[in-house]
Amino acid sequence: MKGVAGMATGWSREQMATRAAQDIPDGSYVNLGIGIPEMVAQFVPRGRVFVYHTENGLLGMGPAPSAGAEDPELINAGKAPVTTVPGASFFHHADSFAMIRGGHIDVCVLGAMQVSARGDLANWSTGAADAIPAVGGAMDLVAGVDSIFVITTHVTKTGEPKIVEECSYPLTGRGVVSRIFTDLAVVDVTPRGLEVLELAPGVSFEEVCENTGAPLRRLDR
Amino acid sequence: MIDKTVDTPAEAVSSIVEGSVVMIGGFGEAGSPIELIHALIDQGTRNLTAINNNTGNGEVGLAALIGNGQVSKMICSYPRSSHSKLFPELYRAGKIELELVPQGTLAERIRAGGAGIPAFYTPAAVGTSLAEGKEKREFDGREYLLEHWLKADFALVKCETSDRMGNLTYNKTARNFGPLMCMAARTTIVQARVIVEPGEIDPEHVVTPCVFVDRIVEVSEPLHESRLIAEGRRYP
Repeated sequence: MKGVAGMATGWSREQMATRAAQDIPDGSYVNLGIGIPEMVAQFVPRGRVFVYHTENGLLGMGPAPSAGAEDPELINAGKAPVTTVPGASFFHHADSFAMIRGGHIDVCVLGAMQVSARGDLANWSTGAADAIPAVGGAMDLVAGVDSIFVITTHVTKTGEPKIVEECSYPLTGRGVVSRIFTDLAVVDVTPRGLEVLELAPGVSFEEVCENTGAPLRRLDR
Repeated sequence: MIDKTVDTPAEAVSSIVEGSVVMIGGFGEAGSPIELIHALIDQGTRNLTAINNNTGNGEVGLAALIGNGQVSKMICSYPRSSHSKLFPELYRAGKIELELVPQGTLAERIRAGGAGIPAFYTPAAVGTSLAEGKEKREFDGREYLLEHWLKADFALVKCETSDRMGNLTYNKTARNFGPLMCMAARTTIVQARVIVEPGEIDPEHVVTPCVFVDRIVEVSEPLHESRLIAEGRRYP
């Protein structure tokens, strides 16, 4: 990562997505958020198949179409043109969120502004007075999907920790995050607190601690 | 034979009056009934409460309806959009009210409205600022929020094929809120790309049964928001 003294290495965006994809079981129904989470679909481990759900009403979402083949009525939750794969289905919004709230989607991968030591997630609003509040489906997803994975840089652009004791931004959900994939480490949210499962190459546990706003335990593997 | 077709979008929306609550289908531009919205802009009906997932794009369709000062309250999940400053400007100026609803809660509130269920409990938004003032209850050790149904005077919905009675099919992800809004409005107005005779849609393939539909107008070549925006167009 750049801009933090003493840190020359760490995972790239692609490597963070690759690392998260490794923890998704074969055959999972998966919902991917906008940004780095979307890249997970490019790094599915060999031999595994994931079925992608997009909350605007498609199960079996495929990659973006080639230029000129876009259909304005075939889009994902980020409103970008997509395709379907064999076995896909369309459905209305109440069915789509029944899949989410009813516990039928296995894994959701989201971005974050902050994650707390207890797994609280803030990813929808800065709470600034002039901000236009916009939540979309984030609160339904974190309330309904069992495994909530977060992919995020470990610190903000100005070097502030994104993993903190308590979120200062408005919450999306309380105690909802199960695992965090950053450019520096893989961190599990457990009843015992935050546990570092894995360090990025060239990154020390101490460096991760210095850039984290909450206590970390290192798991001896 | 029951025939709910009318000739023009203007005729289709003519009964919408000032102060109406209007559900408008679409997720972004997919499923947006743009010709019906433009007819409502031509008609100039004001003080509307509009229910949609978003607040429109560019200066066409829903964004233009808002920009034209016809909407006094917006109920939606994601009032942020690319290529549009119309809602943010009115909102920051205190000229439009916003009720922000999580997307799945919005869908279920509309479904409940259409299904005659006045309220339901959901886990979404528990522990967040959107839970403030809402009744809470625990089921099996977990906390849920009470959410109330949403109903409307009118729904404006875009579908792919309708028969003259109002049995509907949709196109891909343009389905989104359409089937729910058809159920939840006292008067449902549909624009169809194709209108066919009853019996031409396989009953197994009907998505919205005709009992939920009141008026249908054929718009065989609907405009697409993104193309209008790319061309720098605005409405009116």
